[in-house]
Amino acid sequence: MTVVIDAVPAPAPDAKARKKGGWFVRITIVAVVALWTLPTLGVLISSFRPEQLVDSTGWWTSLAHPFRGAEWTLENYRSALSNGGFGNAFLNSMAVAIPSTVIPVTVAAFAAYAFSWMDFRGRHVMFVLVVGLMVVPLQMALIPILRLYTGGATLGGVTLIPDLDLGGTFLGVWLAHTGFGLPLAVYLLRNYIGSLPSSIIESARIDGADHFTIFWRLIIPLSVPALAAFAIFQFLWVWNDLLIAYVFLGGSRENRVLTIALADLVGSRGENWHLLTSAAFLSMALPLAVFFSLQRYFVRGLTAGSVKG
Amino acid sequence: MSSSVQTPPAGPVLAPDPPPPDRSSGPGRVLLRLAGVVLVPVVTAVILWSTLDFLRNEDANRFLVVGVALVVGVLGVFFLFWSMNRLVEWLPARFREGARPYVFVGPALVILSVFLIYPVINTILISFKDAQSQDFTGLDNYRFVFTDDSMLRAIRNTAGWIVLVPLVAVTIGLVFATLADRLRRGEAVAKSLIFLPMAISFVGAAVVWRFMYSFRPDGFGTNIGLLNAIKQGLGQDPVPWLQQKPWNNLMLMVIMVWMQTGFAMIVLSAAIKAIPDEIVEAARIDGASEWRVFRHITIPTIFPTVVVVTTYMVINALKVFDIVFVMGNAEAQGTEVIAERMIRWFFIGDHNGRGAAIAVVLFLAVIPVMIWNVRRFREQESIR
Repeated sequence: MTVVIDAVPAPAPDAKARKKGGWFVRITIVAVVALWTLPTLGVLISSFRPEQLVDSTGWWTSLAHPFRGAEWTLENYRSALSNGGFGNAFLNSMAVAIPSTVIPVTVAAFAAYAFSWMDFRGRHVMFVLVVGLMVVPLQMALIPILRLYTGGATLGGVTLIPDLDLGGTFLGVWLAHTGFGLPLAVYLLRNYIGSLPSSIIESARIDGADHFTIFWRLIIPLSVPALAAFAIFQFLWVWNDLLIAYVFLGGSRENRVLTIALADLVGSRGENWHLLTSAAFLSMALPLAVFFSLQRYFVRGLTAGSVKG
Repeated sequence: MSSSVQTPPAGPVLAPDPPPPDRSSGPGRVLLRLAGVVLVPVVTAVILWSTLDFLRNEDANRFLVVGVALVVGVLGVFFLFWSMNRLVEWLPARFREGARPYVFVGPALVILSVFLIYPVINTILISFKDAQSQDFTGLDNYRFVFTDDSMLRAIRNTAGWIVLVPLVAVTIGLVFATLADRLRRGEAVAKSLIFLPMAISFVGAAVVWRFMYSFRPDGFGTNIGLLNAIKQGLGQDPVPWLQQKPWNNLMLMVIMVWMQTGFAMIVLSAAIKAIPDEIVEAARIDGASEWRVFRHITIPTIFPTVVVVTTYMVINALKVFDIVFVMGNAEAQGTEVIAERMIRWFFIGDHNGRGAAIAVVLFLAVIPVMIWNVRRFREQESIR
């Protein structure tokens, strides 16, 4: 806990901070940033150190002689990718995360358009219902869906949904992620699409465009910022998810995604730090790249979603 | 945006030819349409099922499987909407516009009914049944939730999580956002570095922190974990951070604080920047100290945002699972939390009823937080 307590600076900037960027401000910022970065830095550095060094000396000792060849190696990554099965897990994570992002964004964009610009019965009730479902913790849905996947659903002997045998399939995971991501997606996209000027849509209608054309040709290109923001959010969430992948795809060596592979490694070989650190970085590489390249959209999406009002 | 209008985002979706004109008639056309109505869904279904069967094949080349999965998953959803819209085009003109909205919202509603509404009802039912969900057992499972030692510890720990994590994360986030606002340069870099752990999975974060907390007793090698190395550097004994009940709970909470502070900081920072400069300047000219500006202008102005962020974090902390699950045997270390107990009972303890009862308790715990949040939100809306 000491780490965090130290990170809390004095409750407020005092008189010295009145000048923009006083020493107090700068030192506090640097201290907090250092505390926040050190844990990740340690893992990053360790992942490039040879096994016996990782195990016998602290990662900071390598910083003393950064140019000595014996201090650094790529062997950890090689063995994690091949023997550890992380290459395979990386592919699986891609196969889970990309459709699990595209499907909810598409479905939600269509629904958001209908809720904003189409007239039909029960529009408001449906929208409130959809958004209200944000309350449901996904833990609540796991077991019924798993049973649905493996046995279908019957009500009084009548088959409502047939046994689709979706347990352990990609489709099963995609649909589950879509279901859990939809309420937030519909809410955010409806806010954005609903705020587009109605004049564009009306003039397109007058020109004879039908809803489908308006949606693809006008609304989608205009909504790129909102779509991108949600897509990044959803992608990071799916990529980093352990629970849904664990429940619906399972932990078999063929099927497991990165987070499961990493959790297995933690459980089975608790002290194999050279493998753990490189594996952890393999699992972080893509989200960090996505995060840094698309940070602007991500931040905009977060602030648009939560600071409304 | 003008350029993007000419480049529609997804090629296959846009039919090159316009939809068939609706006035056309004649028996041949009608038959053709009927055939289309039947054929399109059948062909779609056959294609989808055959590829999905392929995806189940465990011996197939993994690259191929993943490639096919990506194509099916990404294009499948576009194709679904496109073919449904096609079907609507074939309907008689007077039904067409009435049916189209349901093409747009239909998939969302179906998915939500299957994946959220049905499960909620089902989970509530299961929670009143026995381990195999065969017979009703009344309130037994709920009695278990509130009497079992391990469950009580889980409830106590979760209470700690939902109070401490949001409190510490929001406080640090707020202070950091306020201070970073005054930096002459480097604000963006500083903020990204704090925000960075948000992009990491809970499992990844658990590995990062297990490394920090790594412990070896005297005589079992050098301590390679930073915290114990510092302790030894100061001449003290190394500490098994994750074994010390009940403090190990705090050690796990640190991980979540580390991950979520960035979120609080980014959102609060946006709110702080939205405060009009004139108000702050006017207060300064009137001789208000920085502390008074912070206390009487910044805090009240951004308070609604603080509420939203705190709610989000409370709900996240309530549902925390991965960190505890990965950090070792929760029951032995006394670090159980509600969501983690639920998974244990469902998948390892093999008792559906208890798992479901825990899920229902979790659900009930979320509702008041949401109601409170909605109410604050409404008040705010009515003021403006």
